[in-house]
Amino acid sequence: MNAPLIRLDKVSKTFDGTMVLDELELSIKENEFMTLLGPSGCGKTTTLRIIGGFEKPDTGRVYFEGTDITDLAPNKRQLNTVFQKYALFSHMNIAENIAFGLKIKGKTKSYIHDKIKYALKLVNLDGYERRSVTSLSGGQQQRIAIARAIVNEPRVLLLDEPLGALDLKLRQDMQYELIRLKNELGITFIYVTHDQEEALTMSDTIVVMNQGYIQQMGTPEDIYNEPENAFVADFIGDSNIIDSLMIEDKLVEIFGVKFPCVDTGFGRNQPVDVVIRPEDVELHPEGEGRLPGVVSHIIFKGVHYEMEVMAGGFEWLVHSTVCHPVGAKVGIDVDPFNIQIMKKPESEDEEAVGVNG
Amino acid sequence: MGKKSLAAPYIVWMAGFIVIPLLFVFYYGLTDKSGAFTLENLAAIASPEKVSALLRSLKLSVLSTAICLLLAYPLAMILKGLHVKKGSFVVFLFILPMWMNFLLRTMAWQTLLDRNGVINNVLAFFHLPGINIINTQAAIVFGMVYNFLPFMVLPIYNVLIKIGDDTVEAARDLGADGVQTFFRVIFPLSMPGIVSGITMVFVPALTTFVISDLLGGGMVLLIGNVIEQEFTFTANWNLGSGLSLVLMVFILISMVLFAKYDKDGEGAAV
Ligand SMILES: Nc1ncnc2c1ncn2[C@@H]1O[C@H](COP(=O)(O)OP(=O)(O)O)[C@@H](O)[C@H]1O
Ligand SMILES: [Mg+2]
Repeated sequence: MNAPLIRLDKVSKTFDGTMVLDELELSIKENEFMTLLGPSGCGKTTTLRIIGGFEKPDTGRVYFEGTDITDLAPNKRQLNTVFQKYALFSHMNIAENIAFGLKIKGKTKSYIHDKIKYALKLVNLDGYERRSVTSLSGGQQQRIAIARAIVNEPRVLLLDEPLGALDLKLRQDMQYELIRLKNELGITFIYVTHDQEEALTMSDTIVVMNQGYIQQMGTPEDIYNEPENAFVADFIGDSNIIDSLMIEDKLVEIFGVKFPCVDTGFGRNQPVDVVIRPEDVELHPEGEGRLPGVVSHIIFKGVHYEMEVMAGGFEWLVHSTVCHPVGAKVGIDVDPFNIQIMKKPESEDEEAVGVNG
Repeated sequence: MGKKSLAAPYIVWMAGFIVIPLLFVFYYGLTDKSGAFTLENLAAIASPEKVSALLRSLKLSVLSTAICLLLAYPLAMILKGLHVKKGSFVVFLFILPMWMNFLLRTMAWQTLLDRNGVINNVLAFFHLPGINIINTQAAIVFGMVYNFLPFMVLPIYNVLIKIGDDTVEAARDLGADGVQTFFRVIFPLSMPGIVSGITMVFVPALTTFVISDLLGGGMVLLIGNVIEQEFTFTANWNLGSGLSLVLMVFILISMVLFAKYDKDGEGAAV
């Protein structure tokens, strides 16, 4: 039960002499919603295409339930893909699109008919059987692409930025739809996105990638609250990343001011990176707090105010429900457990080393 | 208003080179030598000699259209498979002969295929049996295929390159093997290219008289030759125009039937 459903073993891929994936190690459990998250060009799509069978790794193997499927053709794999640009068949109507995989498998007419009805209901497009592909909006085409994939009852659904082309409101709606679908179908999702909010909202596990390496792998809470390096901290949400000095266990010096923290094991007087989320920065009246500063910028964001505070020669990003006008003198403080300490990368290489064995 | 004036040269061109000649053809076709209205020129198609020329034309043009399609489809697939840069170079190679005069190219083949022509000399040099197809229907079909093949390849190639890789991958993803992907996705999606390719080969093949003149040596009469002779040899413009009109209507009808069949076929292919 705990054995991985899919495992990538030291998968490397080079395009035109450029290393895109470097000995990637990845395990996906049955029924997991795993998201590959990273900036454009970091190798997410390539990873997904290797799992789908559209790309062969240069070295390394891909296992499905322990069986080596590295050389298996895509049509023989128990997984289906939802493509970024939907890739619907424009010469077929909606019903024929959804029926495509089932007809290939030689299912009976009545079975196919029932499946089409069921799938259209699932994606909230009842009665669209006879419509043509071109008469649908982007969001509707995307749902049909999902319906076309899931009628085949795949063990795993691969989704490559499926909401990338939709506008914000529709994207948020579809995120909930996808979570609902996943729970109803009980299948494994491997989801690719460069949108960190989307990843945090939907996933059981997030794999943060950069330049073909896994930077960090964990639950959304882990990734957000305890980023393991500056890249992850910077990529996931807004954050203040500050050059600091670890004085001793549980004490860090930020801009010459000592802040108690909870981290240990970094040694004495070691340079470190400190990550503080904007919502964790506390603003006190002038004279209180540890570090004096001046508000330099403020925007009202609806739920909170977003402020920039000049303190210690650094522009602090602060989210707060209390308004401090521009020019106001404030004192900054941070709760010890809201200070996240990260080792400084010793070399370029280490910055990118995979963290999960 | 600006747009209308931009279209003016085109309209002048259309009027000068298409509409006016067509009106002349109609006028001559529907009158006799004295200028009186008659349907005789149209009815002349029913004479046994002309019917057999028309049937022969039909047979040879259908045959060469079919051969063009069989050759062009795999060619277009190969072209699509090449890298963009290489692909467009090869397409250029295909178009290149089309810039050479049609008459010259066909005359070149006349020399090449001659009983004592270049090809037979080379074959004889290697002690191989010569080929004797000049002045036969086979030579005419060969000439048609040679001349019209690019008109089949290009429209098919143009639709094939528009089929996205992800469409093909989606078919594979849904369980289709290579053959199923071809017959269920690639081929039906390329139908518009096939239709325009067939039109662009069939129509000139049906009406040609140059190819049959040069490669058929005047032994094989096609409907094009019959019409041509009315204009040149017998100088009966009325009869020539009348026959042209009949041929035009004939082509129109076959195109309509073909388009209708194609629509039905598309539904059935899925
Ligand atoms: N078929 C290909 N040929 C050449 N380079 C490619 C190909 N596919 C991807 N790449 C390159 O590999 C890198 C990673 O691409 P990709 O996996 O698509 O990234 P992502 O999906 O994370 O944006 C990019 O630099 C891209 O240009
Ligand atoms: Mg991508």
